[in-house]
Amino acid sequence: MKKSIVPLVAGAALAVSAVSASAATLDDVKAKGSVQCGVSQGLPGFSNPDSQGNWTGLDVDTCKAIAAAIFGNADAAKFTPLSAKERFTALQSGEVDVLTRNTTWTMSRDTDLGLNFTGVNYYDGQGFMVPKDLGVSSALELSGASVCTNTGTTTELNVADYFRSHDMDYEVVAFEKADEVVAAYDAGRCDVYTTDQSGLYAQKLKLTNPDDHVILPEIISKEPLGPAVRQGDDQWFNVVKWTLFALINAEELGVTQDNVDEMKNSDNPSIKRLLGTEGSFGESIGLDKEWAVNAIKAVGNYGEMFNRNVGPDTELGIDRGLNKLWSDGGLQYAPPVR
Amino acid sequence: MAAQDVLPSRKGSSGFSALNDQRVRGVIFQVLLIVAIVSFAWWIIHNTAANLRAQGIGFGFGILRDSAGFQINQTLIDYQETSSYVRVYFVGLLNTLLVSFIGVILATIIGFIVGISRLSKNWVVAKAAYVYIEVLRNIPLLLQIFIWYFAVLRLLPAKRDAIDLGPFGLLNIAGWYAPNPVLGRGFALVAAAFIIGIVATFVLRAWARRRQMATGQIFPLFRVALALIIGLPLVAYFVAGFAFANPPFSLEYPTPGNFGPRGGLRVFPEFIGLLMALSFYTASFIAEIVRAGILAVPNGQTEASYSLGLRPGHTLRLVVIPQAMRVIIPPLTSQYLNLTKNSSLAVAIAYPDLVSVFAGTALNQTGRAVEFILITMATYLTISLVTSLFMNWYNRSVALVER
Ligand SMILES: N[C@@H](CCC(=O)N[C@@H](CS)C(=O)NCC(=O)O)C(=O)O
Repeated sequence: MKKSIVPLVAGAALAVSAVSASAATLDDVKAKGSVQCGVSQGLPGFSNPDSQGNWTGLDVDTCKAIAAAIFGNADAAKFTPLSAKERFTALQSGEVDVLTRNTTWTMSRDTDLGLNFTGVNYYDGQGFMVPKDLGVSSALELSGASVCTNTGTTTELNVADYFRSHDMDYEVVAFEKADEVVAAYDAGRCDVYTTDQSGLYAQKLKLTNPDDHVILPEIISKEPLGPAVRQGDDQWFNVVKWTLFALINAEELGVTQDNVDEMKNSDNPSIKRLLGTEGSFGESIGLDKEWAVNAIKAVGNYGEMFNRNVGPDTELGIDRGLNKLWSDGGLQYAPPVR
Repeated sequence: MAAQDVLPSRKGSSGFSALNDQRVRGVIFQVLLIVAIVSFAWWIIHNTAANLRAQGIGFGFGILRDSAGFQINQTLIDYQETSSYVRVYFVGLLNTLLVSFIGVILATIIGFIVGISRLSKNWVVAKAAYVYIEVLRNIPLLLQIFIWYFAVLRLLPAKRDAIDLGPFGLLNIAGWYAPNPVLGRGFALVAAAFIIGIVATFVLRAWARRRQMATGQIFPLFRVALALIIGLPLVAYFVAGFAFANPPFSLEYPTPGNFGPRGGLRVFPEFIGLLMALSFYTASFIAEIVRAGILAVPNGQTEASYSLGLRPGHTLRLVVIPQAMRVIIPPLTSQYLNLTKNSSLAVAIAYPDLVSVFAGTALNQTGRAVEFILITMATYLTISLVTSLFMNWYNRSVALVER
């Protein structure tokens, strides 16, 4: 069983490796010719293998953008599916180079776990899904319910806080793998399924009768989901961080997957700096001039990436909401390339 | 000195001769080995701590005192979200021990039945046992756990329905809501009466045996024991109930709630699913061990027993099985250990065992892989060693005493 071995391997690696692996991840990545990304084991819209076995989704595209920025080739992105429980150990031990797996940025993860979050590729919050015939319209009516969820998540802690602070009884049934949570909820073991709201939209699609379930209006937490890397490697941190910023800046500047080549001729100095026709911003993070061009060519700008994977026209049908650009009243905001 | 005894002529160069001495050399090598192991262990610990520090990951066992913050549904001891990780550990450990202990008993019973059936002269019974063994031991356990769990879930009615088991409570997809024993004020009296009943029975039995040996008279022990063990507490029950004006012992039944029954003693479907899978799977191995054990008893023993006029059932129970036990016990021990260790697959179906809540949830919430895995490994090692010690003791007690 691979999964239970991960912490052991990590422990063994930590025990016998002479010097810690804080060294240059970018060099390692370049040497092996690919980026290894930790993704979830199948969450439609975020990271999900399609019928041909190709990984698709917002988190997958984030990883592809990084690969494209480094190698000019999105196929250099390799994926390791990880359960919520395995993910941090896998990153710490160097099994993956970056975690792009709907992971909430929290203080303890950012500090005590030795991780660095590089930004937010999806602003989320925790929600509840219930069968329609339960006749529940608010989370405050859930006292006495059993709640299915994933172990090793912020979800587990939030749900405890929420029910306790509202003085409501509950029973948690916590599975390691998301598929089992879905199966148990679908079978009727639990009255409620709780996870990040985006996750609810995604998992709902896997139910036998998706239309028989509703997502309740309450959002009980802040779940800023974003890529994470190991602490102590600033260069690699910069590469991942600025790749995401480049995609967000591209949307703001109107650069898209289709027009990126002609935009290189633009007179707008911000676009010129982003697309490498002015300055040497790519070089300063250890990449070439075309880094952002390649990333945008591979996955489009942030808005395109969002709409293609989870947006209103997809089966998930999620509204941009908090994930609109700051200039449109949302939270997505990237520091300038300058 | 030994060296001087062996080589009396070389008194002058004792250093040289001591090195030639086997015993001295043995000691030197052992000391060297211990030094090597200790320095290796020190190096590992030091290196791990240094590497963790270099990666910015915290290290230390102090975190065990922090509060956990998550809920666990099946807890044999009091547990709240505000309880510490130490308590999470004990909750998980007890859940592991619970499912392992009951699993071992069930697996042994089923294993013996199937193993003996496998040798039955009845073709259908023997073939059925054969099929059972071949099917169950060849399907991966994890798969069987899923099959059992989801079968249990599928078979039972929805949460807001329930099968009414009458005095045994309610049963639905969320588990079995058994009547919960509630102890009243006079319960100590009833318990005391029960214990006195048992002790008295033992005393009585010893006396009855002695009398039977001496006079051949048979004492109706069973009926008297029944009166002592059941009658005495019953009398105490009524006396206490009358004296304190409330029943010393009552059963609390589940009541309907908006999300299905509430209250009662919950037996979770995760527990049932895991228990079934572990017991039936392990039983298939135990059955083969039992069969081998029985076949190892020479046929002459059975024939001798028959010729003494013992019936087949008695022959099996009094002659064959006791001898077969000597062959059965050592491999049986390793099956018990396997069952205990296999119970760690619990996390797949949300049963909160040690690996699931401690080496899983708690580890993940704190990120302290090294500490939590070390503790968990040490725990499993201890459980295994204790089981082995017990089984070795039992094995010695049934072993052939050579005179
Ligand atoms: N954002 C939360 C929860 C993340 C999480 O693991 N969610 C589950 C439920 S949506 C999931 O991604 N499952 C998909 C999988 O394991 O493949 C966290 O970081 O702790």
